[in-house]
Amino acid sequence: MQDFGQAIVLALHLVLAGNADLMEIVGLSLKVSLTAVFASCLIGLPLGAVLAISSFRGRGIVLVLLNALMGLPPVVVGLIVYLFLSNAGPLGWLRLLYSPAAMIIAQAVLITPIIAALSRQVIEELHDEYAEQFRSLCVSLPSAVAALIWDGRYSLVTVALAGFGRAVAEVGAVMIVGGNIDHLTRVMTTAIALETSKGDLALALGLGMVLMVMALVINAAVMALRLTAARFAYA
Amino acid sequence: MLFTRTLSRAACALVFTFAASAAPGGDKSIIVQSTTSTANSGLYDEILPMFQDKTGIRVDVVAVGTGQAIKNAMNGDGDVLLVHAKPAEEKFVADGFGVERFDVMYNDFVIVGPSSDPAGIRGMQDAKAALKKIAGSKALFASRGDNSGTHKKEVALWKAAGIDPTGASGTWYRETGSGMGATLNTASGMSAYTLTDRGTWISFKNRGDLRILAEGDADLFNQYGVILVNPAKHPHVKADLGQAFIDWILSDAGQNAIAGYKLEGQQLFFPNARR
Repeated sequence: MQDFGQAIVLALHLVLAGNADLMEIVGLSLKVSLTAVFASCLIGLPLGAVLAISSFRGRGIVLVLLNALMGLPPVVVGLIVYLFLSNAGPLGWLRLLYSPAAMIIAQAVLITPIIAALSRQVIEELHDEYAEQFRSLCVSLPSAVAALIWDGRYSLVTVALAGFGRAVAEVGAVMIVGGNIDHLTRVMTTAIALETSKGDLALALGLGMVLMVMALVINAAVMALRLTAARFAYA
Repeated sequence: MLFTRTLSRAACALVFTFAASAAPGGDKSIIVQSTTSTANSGLYDEILPMFQDKTGIRVDVVAVGTGQAIKNAMNGDGDVLLVHAKPAEEKFVADGFGVERFDVMYNDFVIVGPSSDPAGIRGMQDAKAALKKIAGSKALFASRGDNSGTHKKEVALWKAAGIDPTGASGTWYRETGSGMGATLNTASGMSAYTLTDRGTWISFKNRGDLRILAEGDADLFNQYGVILVNPAKHPHVKADLGQAFIDWILSDAGQNAIAGYKLEGQQLFFPNARR
Protein backbone atom coordinates (compact mmCIF):
# COMPACT_ATOMS: atom_id res chain seq x y z
CA MET A 1 0.00 0.00 0.00
CA GLN A 2 3.01 2.30 0.31
CA ASP A 3 2.71 2.72 -3.48
CA PHE A 4 -0.35 4.93 -3.02
CA GLY A 5 1.42 7.48 -0.84
CA GLN A 6 4.40 7.43 -3.17
CA ALA A 7 2.11 7.79 -6.19
CA ILE A 8 0.36 10.87 -4.80
CA VAL A 9 3.70 12.52 -4.04
CA LEU A 10 5.00 11.64 -7.53
CA ALA A 11 1.84 12.87 -9.24
CA LEU A 12 1.94 16.19 -7.38
CA HIS A 13 5.63 16.54 -8.10
CA LEU A 14 5.16 15.89 -11.83
CA VAL A 15 2.27 18.33 -12.15
CA LEU A 16 3.69 21.11 -9.99
CA ALA A 17 7.11 20.93 -11.62
CA GLY A 18 5.38 21.21 -15.01
CA ASN A 19 7.31 18.15 -16.26
CA ALA A 20 7.72 18.73 -20.01
CA ASP A 21 7.29 15.06 -20.97
CA LEU A 22 4.13 14.82 -18.90
CA MET A 23 2.67 17.97 -20.45
CA GLU A 24 3.39 16.58 -23.92
CA ILE A 25 1.68 13.29 -23.09
CA VAL A 26 -1.33 14.99 -21.48
CA GLY A 27 -1.59 17.34 -24.45
CA LEU A 28 -1.57 14.48 -26.94
CA SER A 29 -4.13 12.51 -24.92
CA LEU A 30 -6.47 15.50 -24.96
CA LYS A 31 -5.89 16.26 -28.62
CA VAL A 32 -6.47 12.68 -29.74
CA SER A 33 -9.52 11.97 -27.58
CA LEU A 34 -11.23 15.34 -28.07
CA THR A 35 -10.76 15.16 -31.84
CA ALA A 36 -12.12 11.61 -31.81
CA VAL A 37 -15.16 12.74 -29.82
CA PHE A 38 -15.72 15.63 -32.21
CA ALA A 39 -15.54 13.34 -35.25
CA SER A 40 -17.79 10.77 -33.58
CA CYS A 41 -20.38 13.42 -32.79
CA LEU A 42 -20.41 14.57 -36.41
CA ILE A 43 -21.34 11.03 -37.45
CA GLY A 44 -23.05 9.65 -34.35
CA LEU A 45 -25.48 12.44 -33.49
CA PRO A 46 -27.22 12.64 -36.91
CA LEU A 47 -27.17 8.85 -37.13
CA GLY A 48 -28.76 8.55 -33.70
CA ALA A 49 -31.36 11.18 -34.57
CA VAL A 50 -32.29 9.54 -37.86
CA LEU A 51 -32.64 6.16 -36.14
CA ALA A 52 -34.75 7.78 -33.42
CA ILE A 53 -37.36 9.28 -35.70
CA SER A 54 -37.53 7.00 -38.68
CA SER A 55 -39.28 3.67 -38.87
CA PHE A 56 -38.30 0.99 -41.31
CA ARG A 57 -38.22 -2.76 -41.55
CA GLY A 58 -35.44 -4.24 -39.46
CA ARG A 59 -35.05 -1.14 -37.28
CA GLY A 60 -35.13 -3.33 -34.19
CA ILE A 61 -32.23 -5.39 -35.49
CA VAL A 62 -30.22 -2.24 -36.30
CA LEU A 63 -30.81 -0.92 -32.78
CA VAL A 64 -29.73 -4.18 -31.16
CA LEU A 65 -26.61 -4.20 -33.33
CA LEU A 66 -25.82 -0.60 -32.48
CA ASN A 67 -26.28 -1.20 -28.77
CA ALA A 68 -24.07 -4.28 -28.98
CA LEU A 69 -21.36 -2.24 -30.73
CA MET A 70 -21.15 -0.06 -27.61
CA GLY A 71 -19.31 -2.98 -26.11
CA LEU A 72 -16.63 -3.14 -28.83
CA PRO A 73 -13.37 -4.20 -27.16
CA PRO A 74 -10.72 -1.50 -27.77
CA VAL A 75 -8.07 -4.08 -28.61
CA VAL A 76 -10.26 -5.52 -31.39
CA VAL A 77 -10.88 -2.03 -32.79
CA GLY A 78 -7.13 -1.42 -32.65
CA LEU A 79 -6.42 -4.65 -34.48
CA ILE A 80 -8.99 -3.95 -37.21
CA VAL A 81 -7.78 -0.38 -37.71
CA TYR A 82 -4.19 -1.68 -37.76
CA LEU A 83 -5.05 -4.20 -40.48
CA PHE A 84 -6.60 -1.44 -42.58
CA LEU A 85 -3.82 1.12 -42.05
CA SER A 86 -0.92 -1.33 -42.21
CA ASN A 87 1.24 -0.98 -45.29
CA ALA A 88 0.02 -4.41 -46.27
CA GLY A 89 -3.60 -3.28 -45.77
CA PRO A 90 -6.04 -1.52 -48.10
CA LEU A 91 -5.42 1.95 -46.63
CA GLY A 92 -1.66 1.57 -46.21
CA TRP A 93 -0.99 4.18 -48.90
CA LEU A 94 -2.33 6.84 -46.54
CA ARG A 95 0.79 6.28 -44.40
CA LEU A 96 -1.18 6.91 -41.23
CA LEU A 97 -0.05 4.01 -39.04
CA TYR A 98 1.89 5.02 -35.91
CA SER A 99 0.60 8.59 -36.05
CA PRO A 100 -1.85 10.52 -33.87
CA ALA A 101 -4.29 10.44 -36.81
CA ALA A 102 -4.42 6.64 -36.62
CA MET A 103 -5.18 6.88 -32.90
CA ILE A 104 -7.98 9.35 -33.57
CA ILE A 105 -9.49 7.02 -36.16
CA ALA A 106 -9.36 4.05 -33.79
CA GLN A 107 -10.95 5.97 -30.93
CA ALA A 108 -13.59 7.43 -33.24
CA VAL A 109 -14.51 3.93 -34.43
CA LEU A 110 -14.69 2.86 -30.81
CA ILE A 111 -17.01 5.61 -29.58
CA THR A 112 -19.20 6.43 -32.58
CA PRO A 113 -21.56 3.54 -31.68
CA ILE A 114 -21.75 4.87 -28.12
CA ILE A 115 -22.60 8.39 -29.28
CA ALA A 116 -25.13 7.08 -31.83
CA ALA A 117 -26.84 4.63 -29.48
CA LEU A 118 -27.09 7.00 -26.52
CA SER A 119 -28.20 9.96 -28.62
CA ARG A 120 -30.81 7.72 -30.27
CA GLN A 121 -32.23 7.08 -26.80
CA VAL A 122 -32.19 10.77 -25.80
CA ILE A 123 -33.66 12.00 -29.08
CA GLU A 124 -36.34 9.32 -29.24
CA GLU A 125 -37.75 10.53 -25.93
CA LEU A 126 -37.64 14.12 -27.13
CA HIS A 127 -39.27 13.14 -30.40
CA ASP A 128 -42.25 11.65 -28.59
CA GLU A 129 -43.12 15.20 -27.54
CA TYR A 130 -42.46 16.73 -30.98
CA ALA A 131 -43.83 14.09 -33.33
CA GLU A 132 -47.30 15.51 -33.80
CA GLN A 133 -46.05 19.02 -34.31
CA PHE A 134 -43.54 17.86 -36.92
CA ARG A 135 -46.26 15.95 -38.72
CA SER A 136 -48.70 18.90 -38.73
CA LEU A 137 -45.99 21.25 -40.02
CA CYS A 138 -44.71 18.70 -42.58
CA VAL A 139 -41.13 19.14 -41.31
CA SER A 140 -38.54 17.42 -43.52
CA LEU A 141 -36.25 14.78 -42.08
CA PRO A 142 -33.07 16.93 -42.12
CA SER A 143 -34.82 19.85 -40.39
CA ALA A 144 -36.34 17.52 -37.82
CA VAL A 145 -32.92 15.98 -37.13
CA ALA A 146 -31.36 19.43 -36.74
CA ALA A 147 -34.15 20.68 -34.47
CA LEU A 148 -34.01 17.61 -32.26
CA ILE A 149 -30.23 17.70 -31.89
CA TRP A 150 -30.40 21.40 -31.08
CA ASP A 151 -33.18 21.07 -28.52
CA GLY A 152 -31.56 18.04 -26.94
CA ARG A 153 -28.14 19.67 -26.79
CA TYR A 154 -27.83 19.71 -23.01
CA SER A 155 -28.50 15.99 -22.70
CA LEU A 156 -26.36 15.28 -25.76
CA VAL A 157 -23.37 16.96 -24.13
CA THR A 158 -23.52 14.24 -21.50
CA VAL A 159 -23.55 11.70 -24.32
CA ALA A 160 -20.41 13.28 -25.76
CA LEU A 161 -18.80 13.17 -22.32
CA ALA A 162 -19.55 9.46 -22.05
CA GLY A 163 -17.76 9.01 -25.37
CA PHE A 164 -14.84 11.12 -24.21
CA GLY A 165 -14.55 9.08 -21.03
CA ARG A 166 -14.35 5.87 -23.01
CA ALA A 167 -11.84 7.31 -25.51
CA VAL A 168 -9.43 8.85 -23.04
CA ALA A 169 -9.46 5.77 -20.81
CA GLU A 170 -8.83 3.07 -23.41
CA VAL A 171 -5.36 1.68 -24.02
CA GLY A 172 -5.83 -1.36 -26.25
CA ALA A 173 -6.54 0.45 -29.49
CA VAL A 174 -4.03 3.31 -29.30
CA MET A 175 -1.30 0.91 -28.21
CA ILE A 176 -1.64 -1.09 -31.44
CA VAL A 177 -2.19 1.69 -33.98
CA GLY A 178 -0.05 4.32 -32.25
CA GLY A 179 2.78 2.08 -31.14
CA ASN A 180 3.41 4.06 -27.92
CA ILE A 181 6.30 5.91 -29.61
CA ASP A 182 7.98 8.40 -27.29
CA HIS A 183 7.37 12.04 -28.27
CA LEU A 184 5.10 10.95 -31.12
CA THR A 185 2.23 8.71 -30.11
CA ARG A 186 2.64 8.20 -26.37
CA VAL A 187 -0.53 9.10 -24.46
CA MET A 188 -1.49 8.81 -20.80
CA THR A 189 -2.84 5.27 -20.92
CA THR A 190 0.03 3.82 -22.96
CA ALA A 191 2.52 5.58 -20.68
CA ILE A 192 0.78 4.00 -17.68
CA ALA A 193 0.95 0.56 -19.32
CA LEU A 194 4.64 1.11 -20.07
CA GLU A 195 5.55 2.13 -16.52
CA THR A 196 3.57 -0.82 -15.16
CA SER A 197 5.55 -3.15 -17.42
CA LYS A 198 8.76 -1.59 -16.11
CA GLY A 199 7.56 -2.42 -12.61
CA ASP A 200 7.49 1.26 -11.64
CA LEU A 201 4.05 0.95 -10.08
CA ALA A 202 4.23 4.23 -8.15
CA LEU A 203 4.92 6.28 -11.29
CA ALA A 204 2.22 4.36 -13.20
CA LEU A 205 -0.29 5.08 -10.46
CA GLY A 206 0.81 8.71 -10.30
CA LEU A 207 0.15 9.06 -14.03
CA GLY A 208 -3.22 7.39 -13.48
CA MET A 209 -4.08 10.01 -10.92
CA VAL A 210 -3.14 12.79 -13.33
CA LEU A 211 -5.38 11.17 -15.95
CA MET A 212 -8.32 11.05 -13.54
CA VAL A 213 -7.84 14.69 -12.54
CA MET A 214 -7.71 15.59 -16.23
CA ALA A 215 -11.04 13.85 -16.85
CA LEU A 216 -12.47 15.60 -13.82
CA VAL A 217 -11.39 19.03 -15.09
CA ILE A 218 -12.89 18.38 -18.54
CA ASN A 219 -16.19 17.27 -17.05
CA ALA A 220 -16.31 20.25 -14.70
CA ALA A 221 -15.51 22.65 -17.54
CA VAL A 222 -18.28 21.24 -19.71
CA MET A 223 -20.71 21.39 -16.80
CA ALA A 224 -19.79 25.04 -16.18
CA LEU A 225 -20.23 25.87 -19.87
CA ARG A 226 -23.61 24.19 -19.82
CA LEU A 227 -24.80 26.10 -16.77
CA THR A 228 -23.62 29.42 -18.22
CA ALA A 229 -25.30 28.68 -21.53
CA ALA A 230 -28.52 27.65 -19.80
CA ARG A 231 -28.54 30.86 -17.77
CA PHE A 232 -28.15 32.94 -20.95
CA ALA A 233 -30.87 30.95 -22.68
CA TYR A 234 -33.46 31.53 -19.95
CA ALA A 235 -32.43 35.06 -18.94
CA MET B 1 -26.21 30.62 -28.76
CA LEU B 2 -23.20 31.50 -26.69
CA PHE B 3 -22.80 27.84 -25.96
CA THR B 4 -22.78 26.66 -29.57
CA ARG B 5 -20.56 29.50 -30.65
CA THR B 6 -18.03 28.57 -27.99
CA LEU B 7 -18.34 24.93 -28.87
CA SER B 8 -17.90 25.43 -32.59
CA ARG B 9 -14.98 27.78 -31.98
CA ALA B 10 -13.35 25.20 -29.75
CA ALA B 11 -13.97 22.53 -32.36
CA CYS B 12 -12.44 24.65 -35.11
CA ALA B 13 -9.39 25.41 -33.00
CA LEU B 14 -9.04 21.72 -32.30
CA VAL B 15 -9.25 20.69 -35.93
CA PHE B 16 -6.75 23.35 -36.95
CA THR B 17 -4.20 22.51 -34.31
CA PHE B 18 -4.50 18.88 -35.27
CA ALA B 19 -4.22 19.54 -39.00
CA ALA B 20 -1.19 21.75 -38.39
CA SER B 21 0.60 19.21 -36.28
CA ALA B 22 -0.31 16.27 -38.49
CA ALA B 23 1.16 17.89 -41.57
CA PRO B 24 4.52 16.36 -42.39
CA GLY B 25 7.22 18.73 -41.21
CA GLY B 26 9.73 17.44 -43.73
CA ASP B 27 11.84 16.02 -40.92
CA LYS B 28 13.75 12.81 -41.47
CA SER B 29 12.59 9.89 -39.39
CA ILE B 30 12.47 6.12 -39.50
CA ILE B 31 10.46 3.52 -37.64
CA VAL B 32 12.35 0.74 -35.91
CA GLN B 33 10.33 -2.31 -34.95
CA SER B 34 11.97 -3.59 -31.80
CA THR B 35 11.38 -5.46 -28.59
CA THR B 36 10.08 -4.45 -25.19
CA SER B 37 13.24 -5.80 -23.55
CA THR B 38 15.50 -3.31 -25.33
CA ALA B 39 13.11 -0.38 -25.00
CA ASN B 40 12.28 -1.01 -21.33
CA SER B 41 15.98 -1.15 -20.47
CA GLY B 42 16.38 2.50 -21.49
CA LEU B 43 19.08 1.71 -24.09
CA TYR B 44 17.33 3.59 -26.89
CA ASP B 45 16.83 6.70 -24.77
CA GLU B 46 20.60 6.73 -24.34
CA ILE B 47 21.89 5.98 -27.83
CA LEU B 48 19.23 7.34 -30.22
CA PRO B 49 19.83 11.02 -29.36
CA MET B 50 23.53 10.45 -30.27
CA PHE B 51 22.47 9.11 -33.67
CA GLN B 52 20.02 11.96 -34.19
CA ASP B 53 22.65 14.58 -33.26
CA LYS B 54 25.00 13.15 -35.82
CA THR B 55 22.63 12.55 -38.72
CA GLY B 56 19.48 14.54 -38.03
CA ILE B 57 17.42 11.37 -38.40
CA ARG B 58 14.82 10.78 -35.71
CA VAL B 59 14.22 7.15 -34.79
CA ASP B 60 10.73 6.18 -33.68
CA VAL B 61 10.79 2.90 -31.79
CA VAL B 62 7.77 0.62 -31.72
CA ALA B 63 8.42 -1.76 -28.82
CA VAL B 64 6.48 -5.02 -29.00
CA GLY B 65 7.34 -8.70 -28.61
CA THR B 66 9.77 -10.10 -31.18
CA GLY B 67 6.98 -12.14 -32.79
CA GLN B 68 4.79 -9.08 -33.30
CA ALA B 69 7.76 -6.93 -34.37
CA ILE B 70 8.63 -9.40 -37.13
CA LYS B 71 4.98 -9.62 -38.19
CA ASN B 72 4.71 -5.82 -38.32
CA ALA B 73 7.93 -5.61 -40.36
CA MET B 74 6.60 -8.27 -42.76
CA ASN B 75 3.62 -5.98 -43.31
CA GLY B 76 6.06 -3.20 -44.15
CA ASP B 77 5.16 -1.21 -41.04
CA GLY B 78 8.69 -0.17 -40.22
CA ASP B 79 12.04 0.51 -41.86
CA VAL B 80 14.38 -1.44 -39.60
CA LEU B 81 13.93 -4.55 -37.44
CA LEU B 82 16.05 -4.93 -34.30
CA VAL B 83 15.10 -8.07 -32.37
CA HIS B 84 16.53 -11.15 -30.71
CA ALA B 85 15.44 -14.44 -32.20
CA LYS B 86 18.10 -15.48 -34.68
CA PRO B 87 16.28 -18.37 -36.40
CA ALA B 88 13.17 -16.23 -36.94
CA GLU B 89 15.33 -13.33 -38.18
CA GLU B 90 17.13 -15.57 -40.66
CA LYS B 91 13.79 -16.84 -41.92
CA PHE B 92 12.63 -13.23 -42.26
CA VAL B 93 15.61 -12.51 -44.54
CA ALA B 94 15.34 -15.83 -46.40
CA ASP B 95 11.68 -15.12 -47.17
CA GLY B 96 12.70 -11.86 -48.79
CA PHE B 97 11.26 -9.50 -46.18
CA GLY B 98 14.67 -8.29 -45.03
CA VAL B 99 17.84 -7.32 -46.88
CA GLU B 100 20.55 -8.74 -44.62
CA ARG B 101 20.95 -9.60 -40.96
CA PHE B 102 23.82 -8.29 -38.83
CA ASP B 103 24.79 -9.14 -35.27
CA VAL B 104 24.57 -6.00 -33.12
CA MET B 105 25.05 -6.88 -29.49
CA TYR B 106 24.19 -9.45 -26.88
CA ASN B 107 23.15 -9.71 -23.32
CA ASP B 108 22.14 -12.79 -21.41
CA PHE B 109 19.15 -14.38 -19.82
CA VAL B 110 18.91 -15.26 -16.15
CA ILE B 111 16.49 -17.47 -14.25
CA VAL B 112 14.92 -15.54 -11.40
CA GLY B 113 12.72 -16.95 -8.67
CA PRO B 114 11.53 -16.47 -5.11
CA SER B 115 14.29 -16.22 -2.52
CA SER B 116 12.79 -19.24 -0.70
CA ASP B 117 13.81 -21.21 -3.84
CA PRO B 118 11.44 -24.22 -3.50
CA ALA B 119 13.11 -26.03 -6.44
CA GLY B 120 16.60 -25.55 -5.02
CA ILE B 121 18.32 -24.08 -8.08
CA ARG B 122 20.24 -21.31 -6.37
CA GLY B 123 23.76 -20.92 -7.74
CA MET B 124 23.24 -23.35 -10.61
CA GLN B 125 24.86 -22.56 -13.92
CA ASP B 126 23.33 -25.28 -16.10
CA ALA B 127 20.04 -23.78 -17.29
CA LYS B 128 18.63 -27.10 -18.52
CA ALA B 129 19.32 -28.80 -15.19
CA ALA B 130 17.71 -25.87 -13.36
CA LEU B 131 14.56 -26.16 -15.48
CA LYS B 132 14.46 -29.91 -14.83
CA LYS B 133 14.53 -29.28 -11.10
CA ILE B 134 11.75 -26.70 -11.38
CA ALA B 135 9.60 -29.12 -13.39
CA GLY B 136 10.45 -31.97 -11.01
CA SER B 137 9.35 -30.03 -7.95
CA LYS B 138 6.33 -28.59 -9.79
CA ALA B 139 7.32 -25.14 -8.51
CA LEU B 140 5.43 -22.29 -10.20
CA PHE B 141 7.01 -21.07 -13.42
CA ALA B 142 5.75 -17.98 -15.28
CA SER B 143 6.26 -18.18 -19.03
CA ARG B 144 5.91 -15.25 -21.43
CA GLY B 145 3.77 -17.43 -23.70
CA ASP B 146 3.70 -14.66 -26.33
CA ASN B 147 6.01 -15.98 -29.04
CA SER B 148 8.56 -13.27 -28.21
CA GLY B 149 12.32 -13.73 -28.44
CA THR B 150 12.52 -14.52 -24.74
CA HIS B 151 9.67 -16.99 -25.04
CA LYS B 152 11.31 -18.70 -27.99
CA LYS B 153 14.51 -19.01 -25.98
CA GLU B 154 12.60 -20.48 -23.05
CA VAL B 155 10.83 -23.01 -25.27
CA ALA B 156 14.17 -24.03 -26.77
CA LEU B 157 15.61 -24.55 -23.28
CA TRP B 158 12.68 -26.74 -22.20
CA LYS B 159 13.07 -28.76 -25.36
CA ALA B 160 16.80 -29.20 -24.75
CA ALA B 161 15.95 -30.31 -21.21
CA GLY B 162 13.60 -32.93 -22.64
CA ILE B 163 10.51 -31.54 -20.95
CA ASP B 164 7.24 -30.41 -22.48
CA PRO B 165 5.82 -28.01 -19.89
CA THR B 166 2.78 -27.03 -21.98
CA GLY B 167 1.02 -30.17 -20.72
CA ALA B 168 1.11 -28.59 -17.26
CA SER B 169 -0.12 -25.22 -18.56
CA GLY B 170 -2.45 -23.71 -16.00
CA THR B 171 -1.07 -25.78 -13.14
CA TRP B 172 2.57 -25.07 -12.21
CA TYR B 173 3.45 -23.81 -15.70
CA ARG B 174 1.70 -20.48 -16.21
CA GLU B 175 1.72 -18.67 -19.52
CA THR B 176 1.04 -14.97 -19.03
CA GLY B 177 0.83 -14.11 -22.71
CA SER B 178 2.30 -10.69 -22.04
CA GLY B 179 5.51 -8.67 -22.10
CA MET B 180 8.62 -9.19 -20.00
CA GLY B 181 7.73 -6.54 -17.43
CA ALA B 182 4.17 -7.78 -17.06
CA THR B 183 5.44 -11.34 -16.68
CA LEU B 184 7.93 -10.26 -14.01
CA ASN B 185 5.10 -8.48 -12.19
CA THR B 186 3.11 -11.72 -12.33
CA ALA B 187 6.06 -13.85 -11.20
CA SER B 188 6.70 -11.44 -8.35
CA GLY B 189 3.03 -11.58 -7.37
CA MET B 190 2.78 -15.37 -7.24
CA SER B 191 6.39 -16.20 -6.25
CA ALA B 192 7.10 -18.01 -9.48
CA TYR B 193 10.32 -18.68 -11.35
CA THR B 194 10.75 -17.06 -14.74
CA LEU B 195 13.29 -16.52 -17.48
CA THR B 196 14.19 -12.89 -18.11
CA ASP B 197 16.82 -10.98 -20.03
CA ARG B 198 19.28 -9.30 -17.71
CA GLY B 199 18.61 -5.83 -19.09
CA THR B 200 14.92 -5.85 -18.17
CA TRP B 201 15.76 -7.41 -14.81
CA ILE B 202 18.28 -4.73 -13.84
CA SER B 203 15.92 -1.89 -14.74
CA PHE B 204 12.86 -3.63 -13.23
CA LYS B 205 11.63 -2.00 -10.05
CA ASN B 206 8.86 -4.24 -8.69
CA ARG B 207 11.05 -7.26 -7.85
CA GLY B 208 9.45 -8.07 -4.51
CA ASP B 209 10.87 -11.37 -3.34
CA LEU B 210 12.47 -12.36 -6.67
CA ARG B 211 16.23 -12.93 -6.95
CA ILE B 212 18.59 -14.12 -9.67
CA LEU B 213 19.02 -17.83 -8.95
CA ALA B 214 20.68 -19.30 -12.03
CA GLU B 215 22.96 -17.57 -14.54
CA GLY B 216 26.08 -17.86 -16.60
CA ASP B 217 25.21 -20.76 -18.97
CA ALA B 218 26.32 -20.38 -22.60
CA ASP B 219 22.78 -21.51 -23.48
CA LEU B 220 21.48 -18.31 -21.90
CA PHE B 221 23.28 -16.13 -24.43
CA ASN B 222 20.92 -13.56 -26.06
CA GLN B 223 21.99 -12.25 -29.46
CA TYR B 224 20.39 -9.19 -31.03
CA GLY B 225 20.33 -8.70 -34.77
CA VAL B 226 19.45 -5.76 -37.00
CA ILE B 227 17.82 -6.02 -40.44
CA LEU B 228 16.77 -3.46 -43.03
CA VAL B 229 13.23 -4.16 -44.21
CA ASN B 230 13.45 -5.03 -47.88
CA PRO B 231 12.52 -2.05 -50.09
CA ALA B 232 12.01 -4.47 -52.96
CA LYS B 233 9.09 -5.93 -51.01
CA HIS B 234 7.82 -2.66 -49.56
CA PRO B 235 8.83 0.27 -51.83
CA HIS B 236 8.03 3.01 -49.32
CA VAL B 237 10.67 1.71 -46.87
CA LYS B 238 13.14 4.52 -46.21
CA ALA B 239 16.10 2.40 -47.27
CA ASP B 240 18.70 5.21 -47.20
CA LEU B 241 17.78 6.42 -43.74
CA GLY B 242 17.34 2.90 -42.39
CA GLN B 243 20.71 1.86 -43.81
CA ALA B 244 22.29 4.97 -42.24
CA PHE B 245 20.98 3.80 -38.86
CA ILE B 246 22.27 0.27 -39.38
CA ASP B 247 25.69 1.57 -40.53
CA TRP B 248 25.87 3.76 -37.46
CA ILE B 249 24.86 1.11 -34.91
CA LEU B 250 27.43 -1.29 -36.39
CA SER B 251 30.16 1.39 -36.48
CA ASP B 252 32.62 2.13 -33.68
CA ALA B 253 30.51 5.10 -32.60
CA GLY B 254 27.34 3.02 -32.30
CA GLN B 255 29.06 0.06 -30.70
CA ASN B 256 30.77 2.29 -28.15
CA ALA B 257 27.45 3.96 -27.37
CA ILE B 258 25.95 0.55 -26.62
CA ALA B 259 28.90 -0.46 -24.44
CA GLY B 260 28.73 2.87 -22.63
CA TYR B 261 25.13 2.44 -21.48
CA LYS B 262 25.11 1.51 -17.81
CA LEU B 263 22.28 1.19 -15.37
CA GLU B 264 23.03 1.16 -11.68
CA GLY B 265 26.69 0.72 -12.55
CA GLN B 266 26.13 -2.38 -14.70
CA GLN B 267 26.68 -2.67 -18.42
CA LEU B 268 23.48 -4.08 -19.96
CA PHE B 269 24.45 -4.85 -23.54
CA PHE B 270 27.71 -6.06 -25.05
CA PRO B 271 28.37 -4.92 -28.62
CA ASN B 272 29.62 -7.67 -30.94
CA ALA B 273 29.15 -6.46 -34.50
CA ARG B 274 31.55 -8.21 -36.86
CA ARG B 275 33.70 -5.63 -38.60
